[in-house]
Amino acid sequence: MATSISARVANPAATTTSDAIVEVRDIGKRYGDIEALRGINLEFERGKLTTLLGPSGCGKTTLLKIIAGLVPATSGDIRVNGKVVTGPGPERAFVFQDFALMPWATVLRNVAFGLELKGIGLAERNRTARHYIAEVGLSGFEEKYPHELSGGMRQRVGIARAFAVNADVLLLDEPFSAVDEQNRRKFQEDLLMLVEKERKTFLFVTHSIEEAVYVSDRIVLLSPRPGRVSQIIEPSIDRSAAPDVIRRDKGYLDVVEEIWQGLRQYAE
Amino acid sequence: MHMAATPQKVGATGGATDGSSTLADMIADFATRRKSLWVLVSLATLFTAWEIAGRVPISFAFPTFLETVSALLEMAFDGTLLPAYAITFQPLVIGVAVSAVLGIGLGIVMGLSDKAEWLLAPVFIVLQAAPMAALVPLVTFIYGIGLVAKTLAVIMLALPVIVLNSYKAVRHVNPSLVDMCRSFQGSRLQQIFKIIIPDATPVLFAGLRLGIAAGFIGVMLAELLITPTGIGDLITYHRSIANYAHMYAAVASIIAVSTLTLAGLQYVEVRFLRPEKRRK
Ligand SMILES: Nc1ncnc2c1ncn2[C@@H]1O[C@H](COP(=O)(O)OP(=O)(O)OP(=O)(O)O)[C@@H](O)[C@H]1O
Ligand SMILES: [Mg+2]
Repeated sequence: MATSISARVANPAATTTSDAIVEVRDIGKRYGDIEALRGINLEFERGKLTTLLGPSGCGKTTLLKIIAGLVPATSGDIRVNGKVVTGPGPERAFVFQDFALMPWATVLRNVAFGLELKGIGLAERNRTARHYIAEVGLSGFEEKYPHELSGGMRQRVGIARAFAVNADVLLLDEPFSAVDEQNRRKFQEDLLMLVEKERKTFLFVTHSIEEAVYVSDRIVLLSPRPGRVSQIIEPSIDRSAAPDVIRRDKGYLDVVEEIWQGLRQYAE
Repeated sequence: MHMAATPQKVGATGGATDGSSTLADMIADFATRRKSLWVLVSLATLFTAWEIAGRVPISFAFPTFLETVSALLEMAFDGTLLPAYAITFQPLVIGVAVSAVLGIGLGIVMGLSDKAEWLLAPVFIVLQAAPMAALVPLVTFIYGIGLVAKTLAVIMLALPVIVLNSYKAVRHVNPSLVDMCRSFQGSRLQQIFKIIIPDATPVLFAGLRLGIAAGFIGVMLAELLITPTGIGDLITYHRSIANYAHMYAAVASIIAVSTLTLAGLQYVEVRFLRPEKRRK
């Protein structure tokens, strides 16, 4: 078998990579009395897909929103391309767990909305939007309204909208949670194709261990509240193999098992 | 699925589906497609009940439906109805327009700013709770019995409900849409005009409908409590001469006008502001 899958468990302290596009420095977050995050230090390498994985309520969404600049951190700072950021910026785009589509706007206008806000002309932004609508496989649905689409299709609209603004970093909060199992696998493969094609940096939150191992270059395991980095795993998967081959590969299954063992201590 | 009574079908089932059930099917099919049929059925039931109640009669002062209709036609053609409406509409239209502009504006500001909320919300909550009918006569002490007093009566009833609904509409905007707008670096103005107001539109319009209904109450109170003019005068006059069919015709006509106004507003909302509601 040509697939070579091995997992390198990295020491959280020694994650300094040469080409970090996003750096998370000592981030802590409190919501009143609740301490959601404590002492998070992470670096995200350009062009890689990193997954945040952890028990419910451990602060995955919070960390992603802090990186997006939507939620202020209580302590620490975020650097993007070496510069400290305090709010949302054009180099980051967010894909929302609940889609966040405007119900009164068509798919086309929703996808073009990031460009509309930037003041780009109608013809140009529609051209860009149509391109990304095709890219996520929704050609023919441009004039539909969100309520006419399935959950999975709505999520694709959200993804196309994030792609359309041509940000370097895409932040995706559980993008496939509204999708059934068969479609989920197809989406994961589509996502890998888009990662390959768009050459962007992806930060991805998921609840599914299999999904994390299948799509990620790097998996960050967070501990329960207050969320801390408990482990970083790099499943080196040879993505040239067929999806079915990968999913049955022993190495792949071993990584899944290893993560499961790591998370299990929190489940009890 | 459909019991479409095609000729073959009728033949195949040995004529079990006869003509009458085909007609029933057709009516049922028509009814599911046309909401207006139900409106007609509902109105017909109401008017029939009215006619019967009038014929019993439940009170000597209660005319039948048909008497009321003929009284209405008579007033429409003898030139009393239209001038009365022209008078009634003046304070109504001015009052509702002022309340709509001011109410939606204030409500949106209160929804967007905590300080404006703390300053204004208590005032309007008290005003909405107050029995306005009792306050209408007070207006005459200050503003007399003219158009200003009647317009004020309309505003007193319509404004609080429009303000409070607009405020609620803005507060209930989907926070995730606002986050989305921020994540794409939308300015505060873009956030307000491209996200908050469109998302608040259905509740804004619900408030506007309640406000207009309250405005009709306001103008009738003004015309019955301040000085009899317009439709209020028609009602008072015909009651005083025991012309009950005419009195009821005036009352029914103002109810009809109010209902049609609200239906028209709903149509405008769906037609022009919520394109996604047009396709079912
Ligand atoms: N706006 C808020 N106000 C107060 N507490 C909050 C707020 N947002 C999140 N929290 C708390 O912070 C903690 C982390 O929340 P967060 O949504 O980031 O978790 P999560 O890992 O994304 O969970 P899930 O997997 O269920 O989506 C939770 O305990 C939550 O109750
Ligand atoms: Mg979450």
